[in-house]
Amino acid sequence: METLSSAIVILMRWEVLIALLVGSIGGVIIGAVPGVGAAVAIAILLPATFAMEPIVGLTLLLGIYGSSMYGGAIPAILINTPGTAVNALTTYDGHPIARDGNPKRALSLAYSASFFSGIFSVLCLILLAQVLARVAPHFGSREIFLAALLGIVLVVLAHRGKVLAAGMMACLGIFLNTVGLEPVKYTRRFTFDQTWLASGIDLIVVVLGLFALSQAFLLLVDKDGRPESTRLEGGLFGGLKELWIYRRVATAGSSFGVLMGMIPGVGEFTSQFMSYSYAQKTSKTPELFGKGSPEGLVAAESANNAVPGAAMIPLLALGIPGEALTAMMLSVFYVHSVIPGPQLFADQMPFVVALYISLLLLNIFVLIFLVFSTNQILRVIRIPTRFLGVTILTLAFVGLYSLRNSMTDCIIGATFGILGLILKRLEWPIVPIILGMVLGGIMEVKLRSSMARIKSPLDFVDRPIAAIIFAAIVLVIGLHIWTYFKKSDKDGKVPEGR
Amino acid sequence: MAGKSRAARFFQRERLPGDLAFSIVFLLFCIFLISQLGEQAVWAKRTRLFAQPAFWPTVSLAGMLLFSLLHCFGSWVSPRTPGRGAEVLFWIRSLEYSAWFLLYVWTVPRFGYLGTTLLFTLILTYRAGYRKGNMLVGAALMGVGIVVVFKSLLQVKIPSGQLYEFLPDGIRNFMLVYL
Repeated sequence: METLSSAIVILMRWEVLIALLVGSIGGVIIGAVPGVGAAVAIAILLPATFAMEPIVGLTLLLGIYGSSMYGGAIPAILINTPGTAVNALTTYDGHPIARDGNPKRALSLAYSASFFSGIFSVLCLILLAQVLARVAPHFGSREIFLAALLGIVLVVLAHRGKVLAAGMMACLGIFLNTVGLEPVKYTRRFTFDQTWLASGIDLIVVVLGLFALSQAFLLLVDKDGRPESTRLEGGLFGGLKELWIYRRVATAGSSFGVLMGMIPGVGEFTSQFMSYSYAQKTSKTPELFGKGSPEGLVAAESANNAVPGAAMIPLLALGIPGEALTAMMLSVFYVHSVIPGPQLFADQMPFVVALYISLLLLNIFVLIFLVFSTNQILRVIRIPTRFLGVTILTLAFVGLYSLRNSMTDCIIGATFGILGLILKRLEWPIVPIILGMVLGGIMEVKLRSSMARIKSPLDFVDRPIAAIIFAAIVLVIGLHIWTYFKKSDKDGKVPEGR
Repeated sequence: MAGKSRAARFFQRERLPGDLAFSIVFLLFCIFLISQLGEQAVWAKRTRLFAQPAFWPTVSLAGMLLFSLLHCFGSWVSPRTPGRGAEVLFWIRSLEYSAWFLLYVWTVPRFGYLGTTLLFTLILTYRAGYRKGNMLVGAALMGVGIVVVFKSLLQVKIPSGQLYEFLPDGIRNFMLVYL
């Protein structure tokens, strides 16, 4: 009770509430604009949050992270263009419902499913993060190394059809993290006698280049477009009532979202497809899926919106980010010397509870905002894409230059911007670079410290948690190969894509 | 297709224009980095393998080489989609906007954040093909809005312009702190 009241005291300050409000509303708007997305916004705002108190900066970023998928459903449903990549599946059923003359119903159902799963995932975060935090003290160096390795393996294998490209990018990320002065012998690695490389390649610079600058370049070079949308009439409250009919699908979707969100490297896409497949298989009207099934819409929206809350579980309990956005948030923790992990729960429980409450609040803020402001958001969707590119480029300057006022950072950022543009055009994954950089650093330190106490390779997995994680790594790789060959045998040909 | 070996069919996938070209560039970059391993990373004496400064660069570069070799092979044996030249040209065109961005970065500490941003958004909006007054006014408002939010309100660390030194006393202090 004392912890709860301390958490409320932390939250009930005008800076925190404003950050939460701005983050939530800003996230919805950003999510609704096709071509921006939470990753771009968080990358731009990240350096600005370093000057803020940790709780203020984190609630701002959490607000954007947790609310962008709500906004992404709007263009997905109304104009068949997902606002964020993870809303792609929403177009399958959301748009047909809207096209058949029920845009209000589709939006209302999407908001309700997202709200339900948002709250569901925060409740899971509250329960599971505590459990994981209790288990976390049993995580020594080797367990953390193996968990990070599992994250890398999963992020590579999660990119079905692009596993080789994902592997290249993950290894590139690990390599980029090694550039500069190494922390034990203080020797230089791949600095080519350049002083500006001695301090390494900054993660934020890479993030800004790969996400923000690349998107700006892409929008500016590509053909100009201006999405059209029509005004909605009437209220958007009906979905909450209708969601009750699809409560089984919503609960299953949210559970998939939580489960996949917790596992590093997997995230929204896998959870959505699992949720969607489950809903279709168990539906009485599977033939409607892809043609305007409300169950399909609920399955897609509930699965993707449960991920942000769940992704915070390994981040808070173990300090291991599951995907690019939580990797960016990890840097906010580090900048303020707040180290996620079991110690955070022991020393700063009110801070952790304040984060939980802010996640709950943001879902409520967003739902209220959306019910009353969807028509205003529709105007933002109509921003021409090249103009959006100019805006992102101008904003990216703030993020990049305010870090260290360094022209070099901007040149590196621009280089990664061009790399990001090429990767996006080739449809190669970008996220493995970021996770490679973050998890590569963790792996290097943890392997080094754990090997000091290891005599034979088997010692590495002689503790129960280490053995379980190791088994999970072997199982995941084995399953990937098995499903690949199984598909090959079933089809009578080698399936496309690795 | 029938003439291709099982290994070739195993690695076949969708190949977008430019995929092979970029894969080869990536592979060459990787080979270059590997060739530098001896010079750019140290194998220390009396140090265990996992604690070697060169251990992780070696592991990551080996991984990059392995994956990019397989990827290049996959690209090589996959059916080609025409349009490589146009795609590479698309990539090259992004250099122009990269140059605009770096020019903006170079100008801010000299001419000040507000003026440079205003000019940058206007010129770039014009360059992006918007010639109507409403878009240019929108660009100017957007530029001013970004400066006010980040520099004036959030006090983000962006240096003041050298040009501000020539302003009259009263305005100069205001400009130095807020714009």
